[in-house]
Order: sequence, then C-alpha cells, then structure tokens
Amino acid sequence: MPKITPEDLAKITERVKRTMILREGTGRAKIRVHMGTCGIAAGARSIMSTLMEEIESRNIKDIILTTSSCAGLCSREPMITVEVQNQPPVKYVDLTPEKTKIIFDKHILAGEIVKEYALAFGSERVP
Amino acid sequence: MAYRCNVLLCTCTMCVSVGALKIRNKLEEEIKKYNLEDEVQIILTGSSWLCTKGPTLIVQPDDVVYQFLKEKDIPNLVEEHLLKGRPVPSLMYIDPEELNPIEKLQDIPFYHDQRLIALWNRGIIDPDEIDEYIARDGYKALAKVLQDMTPEDVIQEIKDSGLRGRGGGGFPTGMKWEFCRKNPGSPKYLICNADEGDPGAFMDRSIIEADPHSLIEGMLVAAYAIGAEKGYIYVRSEYPLAIKRLDGAIIKAREYGLLGKGVFGSDFNFDMEIFRGAGAFVCGEETSLIHSIEGEPAEPRQRPPFPVERGLWENPTNINNVETLSCLPRIINFGAKWFAGIGTEKSKGTKVFSLAGKINNAGLVEVPMGITLREMVFKIGGGIPNRKKFKAVQTGGPSGGVIPESMLDLPIDYERIQEAGAIMGSGGMIVMDEDDCMVDVARYFIEFTRDESCGKCSSCREGLDAMYEILTNICKGKGKEGDIEFLEELGEAIINASMCGLGKSAPNPVLTSIRHFKDEYIAHIRDKICPAKSCVELIEYSIDQEKCTGCFICNVNCPTNAIIGEKKKPQTIDKSKCIKCSVCKEVCRFDAIKVE
Repeated sequence: MPKITPEDLAKITERVKRTMILREGTGRAKIRVHMGTCGIAAGARSIMSTLMEEIESRNIKDIILTTSSCAGLCSREPMITVEVQNQPPVKYVDLTPEKTKIIFDKHILAGEIVKEYALAFGSERVP
Repeated sequence: MAYRCNVLLCTCTMCVSVGALKIRNKLEEEIKKYNLEDEVQIILTGSSWLCTKGPTLIVQPDDVVYQFLKEKDIPNLVEEHLLKGRPVPSLMYIDPEELNPIEKLQDIPFYHDQRLIALWNRGIIDPDEIDEYIARDGYKALAKVLQDMTPEDVIQEIKDSGLRGRGGGGFPTGMKWEFCRKNPGSPKYLICNADEGDPGAFMDRSIIEADPHSLIEGMLVAAYAIGAEKGYIYVRSEYPLAIKRLDGAIIKAREYGLLGKGVFGSDFNFDMEIFRGAGAFVCGEETSLIHSIEGEPAEPRQRPPFPVERGLWENPTNINNVETLSCLPRIINFGAKWFAGIGTEKSKGTKVFSLAGKINNAGLVEVPMGITLREMVFKIGGGIPNRKKFKAVQTGGPSGGVIPESMLDLPIDYERIQEAGAIMGSGGMIVMDEDDCMVDVARYFIEFTRDESCGKCSSCREGLDAMYEILTNICKGKGKEGDIEFLEELGEAIINASMCGLGKSAPNPVLTSIRHFKDEYIAHIRDKICPAKSCVELIEYSIDQEKCTGCFICNVNCPTNAIIGEKKKPQTIDKSKCIKCSVCKEVCRFDAIKVE
C-alpha cells in the first residue's frame, strides 16, 4: 500500500462512501423491494438484481436499496417503494426488469415520477 | 458489487465470550443458502450495544437491533429479515417497563440520550478497516494540524475546549501539554494509559476494540503538540482482542505513512509501540506506569518532579488516558467552541461510563457532562431489575465512593461528584440495590485495594490491612463500639500519609459509606443485624410452615441436604447443615423461605 497524502483522504472516503451511507442511513433516495413470499414468487428477486446492477453499473453511491415485507397487495407484486429525500414515498406495482429500469432512470435519477406504473403516493396510515 | 444490506455483528470481548463467532458462522451459512452473499455483508464491529445482552447485531439500513441471539434463531432471522425484509420482533430489545419490543436502535432510551464523541465510530465501522475510519472524517484532524496549525495553536485549541483528563484526575489536558512542550528536555515521550484496572470498568477496552484509529490519530495530534517522536500505549495483557486490533491498526497506519518518518509527507516524525502491562491497579499512577515501562517494579515515586518534567528515562513525558486521546480528532475537526458548548461550566464535553451492577441496561454509555445520576440509572440504564429498590451507585471504582438515592439528582461533573465524597474516576459506575450490604461492599473494595497496594508506604500497606480486618469483623457480627470512629480516623490517616493516588483514594468507599449509610454500620455492630440480609454470618434461613406446600423443590435442590421433611408436608431447615447459599429461596415458588 502506498503512503497517502492529505488529498488522498477524500478519495478513500469516496471509495467507501456507499458502504458508509448504507450504515448511516443517509442516502439521497431509498428503494424498498417488497420481498414477501408473494413478492418472491412473482419475481421480486429479479427486480432486486436489476436494481443492484443498475446501481453498480452507473457507480451510484448515494442510494440505499433495501428489502421490505409484503405491502398487502399480493396480486400486484412485484412491487417497490421509492422514497426520494423530502418527497412522499411512491409505490410501483406489476414490475418487470424493463419497467424497473425505466423507473430507475426517470424517478430515481431524474426525480420524475413514472405515473403509468405507480399505484399510489404515500404509505398507509399507521394508528 | 455493492451490498444492499450490512449486518453489524458486535464482536467485543463480551459478545465473543457468549458465542458471537458461532453466530457469524451460522449467518454466513444461512446467507449462502439463500444466495445473498452478494447482497448482504457481515461486518464485525467493536462494542456497539448493551454489553449484557449479547450476542447482538444491527441490520442497516433498516436500523433494527437484535439481542440475545442463539444459533437456532439465525435461520429464521435470515429468511424473515434479510431475505423478506420482515424484522423479527421476538429477537428485539424489550423495554423493561412497557415489556414491548422496540425495533429501531434510535428509539431505545439507552441510545436516545447518548452523545458520541470518544465513541464516535462505535459499532458503525469495521475496526480492522482503516478506509472506513477515514470515510468517517478519519485522519482529517491530523491533516489539519500538520498543514494549518503550529503546536502552540493545537495546545491553545485544546485549552479553549476545556478538555480535562478522563483517567480520573481531571487535570486540564492543554495545560499538561504546555508544561511538557515548554520543558527543555529531549527527546519527549507520549504515553497512552490503557491500563484500566478498576473492577467493572471497560471503557478503554471498548474504545480500542471498536475504534483503534481514533486513539492513534489522537496520539498523533498530542505528539505533534508536545513535540514527541515516540509513543507508548500501555495496555493490560488481559485485553488480547484490544491488543490485536490496535496492533493491526498500527501496521495499517504505518503502511499509509501515517506513522513513522514524515507523517503525511510532512517533516513530523512519530511512531508508537504497544507495551503490555501485567495489570496492576497501581499503574494507574503515572510514575508507577513509567517505572513499569522502564522494567522496574511498578511502584510510584514522590512528585514533583512531575512526569512532564522528568518522566520516562528521565525525559519529559506526557501521559493521557485512552478516552482523552480519542476525543481529540473530533475537537480538532469541529473546533474548541463546539466542544466547550457541551457539558457544564467546569466540565466540558462528554464522558464515557461503563454502567454495571444491578441495572437493566448494563453497558457502555457516553453522555454529556451535567446529566444527572438519576437519568443515568433510570432512563439510560433502564432502572433496577426484578423491581428491586435502588440503594446507591459507586462511581470511580475502588477509589471512588458511594452516592445514595438522596443525591441522585446530582449533575455529573468533576467538582460536584467530589463534593459528594466520590470521584469521577475513569468512569466505572456500579449500581447497587436493596440486597447489597454497604459494609460488605466497602469491605470488597478495601480487599481489592489492599491486594493491589504496592506496599511502598506503610500507611497504605498496613492501614488498608487493618481496615479490611475491622470491616470483616463487622460483617461477621464481631464489630465493637468505636469501630466506626476508628475507621474514619484511620481512613483520614491513610489519605494524608500515602504518596500516590491509590492510597490517597482507597479509603473513599469506607468513608462515603459511613457518611451516607451509618445506620447500616450501627445495625451490624450494635444489633448484629445485616439490614440488606447479605452478610451470611448475620442471617438465618427458615421455612414458613404456613406457606410451604411441601412441593419438595427446595429439598431436591439443597446442595447440603439441609432441608428435611416429607413430601406434601411443610419442610424445615437443619441449621447445622445450612450453608446459607440461598438456592432454596431462589427456587421456592411460594415465597416460603424466610431470611432473618
């Protein structure tokens, strides 16, 4: 390992940034893939892999990708919830890897909600 | 490939001792089973969570914490949470009052009131990965002092911050550095005292295990300020995991050029070495510690001259505690003003405590100075287990004193605790409940300091021996009138005539317990009664003939067959055989065992 200079600190920080925001929970956006039994049966794993590949291939560092359980609408799985910081969460239903890529490009990267795939804004009310 | 989920498994000494590594193996196995190796990463962190609830882990980014894990829980945990995203309530932290599981780490009161400065990175980074430390602003403070500050600037900054020695004395750190820097002797040495000797204290160990680079960076900043090129970390040999992680961290820092010649490409040279101490309590005294590194017996010497004038190998030496040094990177990064804004008028910043004893949430806590003992015990600590009544808290370990319930609203700072007769110490905090006999507690601590006394001063060597004998007699019901007054007189004499901190503080537990719990001493001496029902010589076990159902459970469990009687009929205890081990009381389901 070479000796480092003060300037290298920022480079090292950038390199492990994705891991750290995951642990600190401070990403710009959070994508939840609903991975209940229904979701997995309907193909949620392929949605998860697609999203992971997208994030990897574009070298994006400030997005948190995580799983969540069944959202209660099993017939419309696979489903994801996209939460961009300071915006209400959006649920997308009946997904395929292709639709997921479009959502990733438009909503997550460009901030534009893809209305035709969206189910609803917001999450259910909790008592 | 980047991971989507991090499982932060606590692998501090305590969690490893209850099977954290088995949990890791099982997690790896299950994660593989669901092909999640590319999605879920397991990180082994240092102490992160409640130390008596191990093994524990935290799942991020969900911020969900699990406790008391067993191997058999792991398949379900992996399938439900890591695969399907459904947190498992049965493995979560249970609130001691409400008895409901709490999912999020941040919602647990234990965490809520903590403020992390020395423990900045605890449980969030892998202590073996220097890059993760760097990503959390690591070595930025070092770059700042080397590029933009003179050693005098650094000393001024630390003086302005109000940082005081966290090892117990509370001496202003900046002032100590200045004395050392201004001394013409050369070369100068920097020593980190990690010889945590108090029973029930584990702050230093946890800091090193969780975040060794904070200590290394803190030492670099301190060495630059005082002008030292060589540093020692004096750590007890009983801390193998801490030594291993520190050793690995030093090697990585050297590879990055952060230690050695020309740190960060500047003309500042500094390197450090781990010195493994044999674990003597008296090494908390600076001059003994220095003697130990020199290869001499660990005995203190008369001060002055202070170590900043004549220390290691007769050269100017600055000794700081682990926690003091670990705060430095944050003080430099965020500024003296920020640090001085936390805490009370004379005690700035935060303090790490190891909360132990009769308390629900035993563990490592870092809180702003000025928080009250009541908040510590009942809010962060979660109160006393088994609905018992709080009696006292011992601060500062064997050198400290007991603080009773009437003084619980005392804000924690150096001066206020001293006024109560105790000391801040290095941060051990032992909570006692109604079952603890204060005379017996005092006897325990005197036994400890008596054993650890180096024997150089006769006041400490003989005085503590005499105190121990009197206290043992009182606990056995052989106390005499006048014992209390004699203990007080003897205590004062030991404090006045002993040379080092050990002797000067050893009588504190006795003096404070006499001050706050004199009635317990009197009950032992005059009435031959132990009010807490703890001193075995002063209590007797018997069975309530009306309550006993003859279920026979005590009879079966008694180790000395002292319980006699027929099945389904009330039992009795043969007092000649009874060893007062309390097993019968613990197993009885009808509250029939009486202790008097």
